[in-house]
Amino acid sequence: MSRYVVRRLVIMIPVIFGISLVLFMILALAPGDPFEELATNPNVPPEVRMNLRAQFGLDDPVPVRYVRWLTSMVRGDWGFSFVSRVDVVTLILQRLPTSLFVLGSAQLLGLLIALPIGTFSALRPYSIFDQVATTFAFIGFSLPTFFTGLVFILVFSLTLDWLPFIYRADIADTGWRWWWQHARQAIMPVAVLGLFQGATLTRFVRSAVLDVIRLDYVNTARAKGLSEGATVVKHVVRNALIPVVTLVALQIPAIFTGAVITEQIFRIPGIGSLLISSILANDTPVIMAITFVFSCLVVIFNLVADLLYGWLDPRISYR
Amino acid sequence: MDERELTGLIAQVHTGALSRRRFTQMMIALGLTAPMASQMLGGAAAYAQTKSTYAPTKRGGGGPLKVLWWQSPTLLNPHFATGTKDQDGSRIFYEPLAAFDPDGNLAPILAAEIPSLQNGAVAKDGKSVTWKLKKNVTWHDGKPFTADDIVFNWEYAADPATAATTVSSYKDIARIDKIDSHTVKITFKNPTPFWSDAFCGYRGMILPKHVFEAFKGGKSREAPANLKPIGTGAYKFVDFKPGDIVRGELNPNYHMPNRPHFDTIEMKGGGDAVSAGRAVVQTGEYDYAWNMQVEEEIMKRMEQGGRGKFETSPSGNIEHIQCNQTDPWKEVDGERSSVKAPHPFLTDPAVRQALSLLVDRGSVHEEIYGRGGQTTANFLNAPSKYASKANKAEFNVEKASQILEAAGWKKGADGVRAKDGKRLKMVYQTSINAPRQKTQAIIKQAAAKAGIELELKSITASVFFSSDAANPDIYSRFSTDIQMYTTTQASPDPQTFMEQFASWEVANKENKYQGRNITRWRNEDYDKLFKAAESELDPVKRAALFIRMNDMAIQNVVVVPVIWRTKVQAVSSRLKGVEISGWDNDTAQLFNWYKA
Repeated sequence: MSRYVVRRLVIMIPVIFGISLVLFMILALAPGDPFEELATNPNVPPEVRMNLRAQFGLDDPVPVRYVRWLTSMVRGDWGFSFVSRVDVVTLILQRLPTSLFVLGSAQLLGLLIALPIGTFSALRPYSIFDQVATTFAFIGFSLPTFFTGLVFILVFSLTLDWLPFIYRADIADTGWRWWWQHARQAIMPVAVLGLFQGATLTRFVRSAVLDVIRLDYVNTARAKGLSEGATVVKHVVRNALIPVVTLVALQIPAIFTGAVITEQIFRIPGIGSLLISSILANDTPVIMAITFVFSCLVVIFNLVADLLYGWLDPRISYR
Repeated sequence: MDERELTGLIAQVHTGALSRRRFTQMMIALGLTAPMASQMLGGAAAYAQTKSTYAPTKRGGGGPLKVLWWQSPTLLNPHFATGTKDQDGSRIFYEPLAAFDPDGNLAPILAAEIPSLQNGAVAKDGKSVTWKLKKNVTWHDGKPFTADDIVFNWEYAADPATAATTVSSYKDIARIDKIDSHTVKITFKNPTPFWSDAFCGYRGMILPKHVFEAFKGGKSREAPANLKPIGTGAYKFVDFKPGDIVRGELNPNYHMPNRPHFDTIEMKGGGDAVSAGRAVVQTGEYDYAWNMQVEEEIMKRMEQGGRGKFETSPSGNIEHIQCNQTDPWKEVDGERSSVKAPHPFLTDPAVRQALSLLVDRGSVHEEIYGRGGQTTANFLNAPSKYASKANKAEFNVEKASQILEAAGWKKGADGVRAKDGKRLKMVYQTSINAPRQKTQAIIKQAAAKAGIELELKSITASVFFSSDAANPDIYSRFSTDIQMYTTTQASPDPQTFMEQFASWEVANKENKYQGRNITRWRNEDYDKLFKAAESELDPVKRAALFIRMNDMAIQNVVVVPVIWRTKVQAVSSRLKGVEISGWDNDTAQLFNWYKA
């Protein structure tokens, strides 16, 4: 087992190195310049922009810039945002809690919806409940989040005037008002993302439970007189969860990058909106840091999912 | 409009519900003249008007002020600002000596009075100006604001190592003498008619010497105060998250009486213009939103709720079509659109004349821009004293055809005119932006009727407006026959704006396409006029020179103005005292805003 982990970790190094090289090259070859806005402003002499480009090392050849980026990244220095002239780490840390809160809650909401509904549907396949749940699940994952988000805003903010549609990460109030404000503004984005997640997961849970429920050991459990509840919870769901756990583990990196579109719609200051605005502003160090961390997380969580498999199902072993 | 309605409007102006400017515009629309309209209002002095509308009688108590900037500030040092958003954010905390009002005139902020030739503070030779500073102004940390701060800001911004984006306003100052603790004399290297460029408006925000002194030149980007401003403004700094939010609180020691009205201010960023407008006009979640690039239809629908309105203020920005004077299809010394190769047919005045008659400005205004613009025949439109009356915008396909016919351009079998084997086929490029593509379509249709074939090309804005000299699609390389975009007039003085037709500014390979003359039009008479205006100190004669320059560019059809853009902002109906100037930041008069 530990030999397996070590081997996987060693393989990871060239993979991550390759990813960083590809990312850096694509960004370096992309057109645009972080000081573009200065170029069209007649009051800013071109020398200022040239001076800034030189200061930030943008005029050096691409390989030199890559090596410089790589060495400082290895030393833990993520670089310096051209646009806001702040360390990239500071920018990301400012945004991370919001992203974690909103996407984490959405993921949790999705699971809370998917587990009971999916299991129940599978226990009574093709019943009315199953039909209704399936219909809603299909609607749920067919509708893109940017659409449901706008519908929610239209209904709950513009028509009913119940909920705010602009998310503020720092609310000046304290005590219960602070909690209330946070909860109120989070309802819509969390619901949009959670329902979407939930719809997809419901289908997964349902088919996983259906696969397991027909197996002989379930019949055995029933035959030896276990109650239906105990059979389902202890024997069916536990085994059915294996593919679901993998799926959830692979989605965790996505929590880090945030939900780009939903964040844009509700003005959530998360990592996703930081990524979009950095791309629009050609702020390479920030784009690089976010995409690179994301790729690392994907690689790592792939390993974690594989390890979880072995833990949940002892028949799978790694050597 | 009857008398009762009129009295009602006048009363609204006096209480501040309606700006004087809008009132005057309404009266002009009714056929009155501007002086008559201002007489109806009781003719208060121009500077007094902003003060008279401010109603609160004590400082604070207004609760929070919530504003939306859909592109949010990314840094809060006005000398590093890369766009309006950064300047607007900085302006909450920092102030200049004077601000520019909607007519381009100066209104004192940190200055005790505005220098002029009459009061002797502006030298007759135009080489110096003396500013008297307000006394009893303190920085947010309690230190006094003095003449030393002014001297320091010049040294800071003019130092090339600082790489300040404001450097052009400060580099031509020869020296600044401190006359006493609150008087400075600025001496320029050359006679300077636009002496209010430095220290005024958004390029004039003043940083505290005692905070930034240690961070001059190359070290400037390390200053902690770049993210935590200490200014003199009506609001003190609380919190800043780049790209997301700026927060401030009331400055209890602000130098203007009874101001500000609000206890806190919050500038939230992100999202898009339409939903920002919604949050102000439809749901009332926010009080103000900046830069509303929203279609007229949608604005009208949002306004039906009555919670807010979209207001406009004029700027000098102009959406226009440029005619390439050089051949974009021939490479000379490794360069397309080189001045060594004149354009095969756009150099023919008849073709350019016809082109200008084929731009249906009325339709573009009504169908596309709505209150986001006004039709115009001029390139230089504002402030009004610089607007030429000699030109008129005309849309006439018939006449365009006649002109072409007379010049020998005959229609071929395919309906496209030709002469000496040259077909009137042009490539027309612009950036990707829905209104621009609609405009392109309107013009293409009219041109086809007159026998000119237009091939439309649209380029992603981030490429089109980039400074990457290696990319042939950037606007300054101008690798097509005609192109369209908006040029911004950043200051009420048109000198920099009009330099874009001067022959020494031609964009070429040698200057890495940094030159600002994109059309590559060269005219000795124009150059002479420009040189004369540079040192002309009599404001009236100077305005006449700029008007002549505009007329030359228009009558030679170097450019075809399409629409004169206005600034549009969403304002909650509860918010009063908002007067936005096209020459200054939206937040320039923040101290006058209040809620009734």
